[in-house]
Amino acid sequence: MQTVKFHINGKDMEVSRELAEKRLVEFLREDLGLTGAKNACDIGACGACTILIDNEPLKICIKRVKDVEGRRVLTIEGLAAPDGRLHPLQQAFVDAGAIQCGFCTPGMVLTAHAFLLRNPWATRGEIRKAINGNLCRCTGYQQIIDAIEKAAIYYRGNRQEGEPSKMDVGAAR
Amino acid sequence: MTELETKSWRNDAHAKVTGKAKYTDDLKFPNLLHAAPVYSDYVHAKIDSIITEDAENYPGVVRVLTARDVAGANHCGQIVQDFPIFADGKILHHGDVVAMIVAESRDIAIRASRLVRVEATPLPAVLDPEEAMGPDSVLVHANHGGNIVNTHQIRRGNVEQGFREAAFVIEERFQTQFVEHAYMEPEVAVCVPRADGVIEVYGSMQHPFSTRRFTSACLGVPFSEIEVVGVPMGGGFGGKDDTAAIVCARTALAAKLLNRPVKMMYRRDWSIRESYKRHPYRVYYKMGVTKDGVISAVQCQIIADAGAYCSVTPWVTWRSTVQCCGPYQVENVHCDTYGVYTNNIVTGAMRGFGSPQMNFVIEQMVEIAAMKAGLSGIEFRRRNMVRQGSVTITGQRLDGHKVAMEQVFDAVLGEIDYAKKLARCSFGKSNSDEFYGIGLAMSYRGVSLGAEGVDFCAAIINAQVDGSILLETGIHENGQGSESALMLVCARELGVDIGRIRYRRASTSNIPDSGTTVASRGTIMGGGAVTQAARELKKKIAEALCEKLRCRSEEVRFKDNCILGRTDNERMPFGDAMKAMFQSQCFPYALGVFKAPRVSWDEHTGQGDAYFTWVYGCQAVELTVNKNTGEVTLLNAVAAHDIGKAINPEMVKGQFFGGMAMGTGYGLHEEIKLKDGKIVNLNLNSYRIPRAMDLPEMKAILIENPDPISPTGAKSIGEPANEIMAPAIANAIYHATGQRHFSLPIRVAGAVEKTPEKECKP
Repeated sequence: MQTVKFHINGKDMEVSRELAEKRLVEFLREDLGLTGAKNACDIGACGACTILIDNEPLKICIKRVKDVEGRRVLTIEGLAAPDGRLHPLQQAFVDAGAIQCGFCTPGMVLTAHAFLLRNPWATRGEIRKAINGNLCRCTGYQQIIDAIEKAAIYYRGNRQEGEPSKMDVGAAR
Repeated sequence: MTELETKSWRNDAHAKVTGKAKYTDDLKFPNLLHAAPVYSDYVHAKIDSIITEDAENYPGVVRVLTARDVAGANHCGQIVQDFPIFADGKILHHGDVVAMIVAESRDIAIRASRLVRVEATPLPAVLDPEEAMGPDSVLVHANHGGNIVNTHQIRRGNVEQGFREAAFVIEERFQTQFVEHAYMEPEVAVCVPRADGVIEVYGSMQHPFSTRRFTSACLGVPFSEIEVVGVPMGGGFGGKDDTAAIVCARTALAAKLLNRPVKMMYRRDWSIRESYKRHPYRVYYKMGVTKDGVISAVQCQIIADAGAYCSVTPWVTWRSTVQCCGPYQVENVHCDTYGVYTNNIVTGAMRGFGSPQMNFVIEQMVEIAAMKAGLSGIEFRRRNMVRQGSVTITGQRLDGHKVAMEQVFDAVLGEIDYAKKLARCSFGKSNSDEFYGIGLAMSYRGVSLGAEGVDFCAAIINAQVDGSILLETGIHENGQGSESALMLVCARELGVDIGRIRYRRASTSNIPDSGTTVASRGTIMGGGAVTQAARELKKKIAEALCEKLRCRSEEVRFKDNCILGRTDNERMPFGDAMKAMFQSQCFPYALGVFKAPRVSWDEHTGQGDAYFTWVYGCQAVELTVNKNTGEVTLLNAVAAHDIGKAINPEMVKGQFFGGMAMGTGYGLHEEIKLKDGKIVNLNLNSYRIPRAMDLPEMKAILIENPDPISPTGAKSIGEPANEIMAPAIANAIYHATGQRHFSLPIRVAGAVEKTPEKECKP
């Protein structure tokens, strides 16, 4: 029987074809127990279900399992180090007081992570634009933007143009 | 603990930022059933029959529940029990639930929900609150005898006299809209029957005790057979009281009847369709002003659309009444307030609770009056604002706390350089495409429930023999960080590291009923209770161990994780002290209670000491308005609030920013639209809450005048931060365009509403 193969949080995964048509957000939450991605609108309007596919943010309440075939998937559960140490971006969210109810947080962190991988020298205005698709009702985004701005320094590192960022945790460890 | 950690400390930050925090829908139980609500398409109708056979026969459906399955009371409510668990006899609004499908999967429940048929005779609906007040109106609740839910009034001084003394009188009419809370997590409940017959309720709700009350009434079982358990919650903003409690009650009913765990996770469109909204207000406001620029009289009529059920309309409109003149001293006031039933979506509690509507009115009225009096808005406010020892419009003398109105006002004026920028405003004249404006608004706000209801709160500190500490309070964690703030209070009061403390998973079967976590009362009431519990515990420890420390019990001190005698040499590490407590047969356990000081109210005159303390706030905003499109762009916003004492400063700022953002949505973007009583915008693509690019950079100024009545010194911030942004924006738009806007959300002429984003289907 054919399978759907993809790479998720540093591991290869193979699932049966029957699951190919399942909604991705439900597959992650129900079949894999990865409940960090939240389901809050079902129509791709709020961003609470955002995960990264090949380091691009994707709202997965409107995607199916087959849509990630052969791709590299990163969910919020894969961002911290395996020993539980927070990724510098996550630590920045904690330190900046960017977390209230936390329902938007996983999607927000992943969207910011994808953005900083590409734009570690971003301005506050560019950060604002980058997270415009992720709704938050608690924070007014101010401390979220503070956190992303502060974390950007880790993405700059000693990186040369074109070189992959050391912050790219989605790659196989 | 480092300074950074205390500045923005949260016990749940790590779990939330890693995605490990388990919200209600993340919980799994073996043998779990799923439920879905069934609505009809009627707005007002007499139900002839509800035909459930097809749904019952659908493969995977376990049971279809309707009103006839409710063992206990089918109606609930915090004030009037008119809110149906399931529509019974009549449908009173489009959000009424007629049945509930319980099935082996959520998909099956949703599919089967379409197979329920409702046969009903449509009745004429009343959708306009003023029409509903008329003698010939359709009655929403026939046995209520009219559509007036409640009235409040203020009779102070003599308004005729006041208007005679006025140099001029201004009169305006204002209107506000239905607003959705739009918490990111929709309503959800999981109910699990235990072997001993108790039903455990896990749910996204902000009033566990009301949830227990509703559930127990619906099931016809005593409180002891329902245990409501606290789980992380994705936002509430006042919106997860009645409806969320009913979602829990319905789910619990299914769990009880079927003796299996049942989950009901709401879709966003169900949530918007059924959950109560912020009240739309119509306000007629008349203000007299003397030649010296002093407000001599105010007469106002306030009409609030309650929708189909009472909910907390009497309490919401009471706050509007008490605060109907804003933070200004007015000798002569005549106010009539009405809550009115209609067949619209029910309205209830939302962050601000009757104040955002009134502040939108008042803070524009004072600027209109100032201009007419030939004064700046700054000077006019200074002449009329409440000060130390002022008497409010309800006859309450403001003392016993620092009246910081002018202090917060000056803080904002200074920070944003208001006077200078006001002179640069366009007033409808500009050489570029943009008009520029700056505006501000200010308020005072009675803290906690006031004379609305019984107000007290409990906390339990249970120190363990190994020196670790369990804390539980009657305040619910809605996402605001109440657990963290209360843990900080506990640690500081006991002189121990916060790492020693764990917040116990809150349960209605353990902590006494402390009311609802609304009214910005979490920190002041919960903090008060924790402080009392800590003091009680310290007293017990001191009495038990003072002999060992060779001092009198009142000389015992608590600091640096130690219990100390007269000098720092007589010391016991906290862990050793707890062991010694147990050895002397004394439990280091304390229940602390904080009772709100006495308040008073006379319904006939509208006079009394309405609230035991008050908070003061001011916000200003700069913006541009595009001449051609009418589009408003916010440039900058500043807020100053006297919060008494900041327990957890970064979290306090988070309340500032979140409140300002929600206030921006109220002013410019948000409106639940009804067509013939049916909500049109049922998801977050068409109901537009502020996005990051809709908001400016914001600055928070924390003013701290510790309140003597509050054991921690802290007061409130959640709602104050939310209640004055819309009028600040309205005033700024006036200064930009020269045009006043009397209804919300503000649409500047030429502005086209943004079309909803495309709805994506998987």
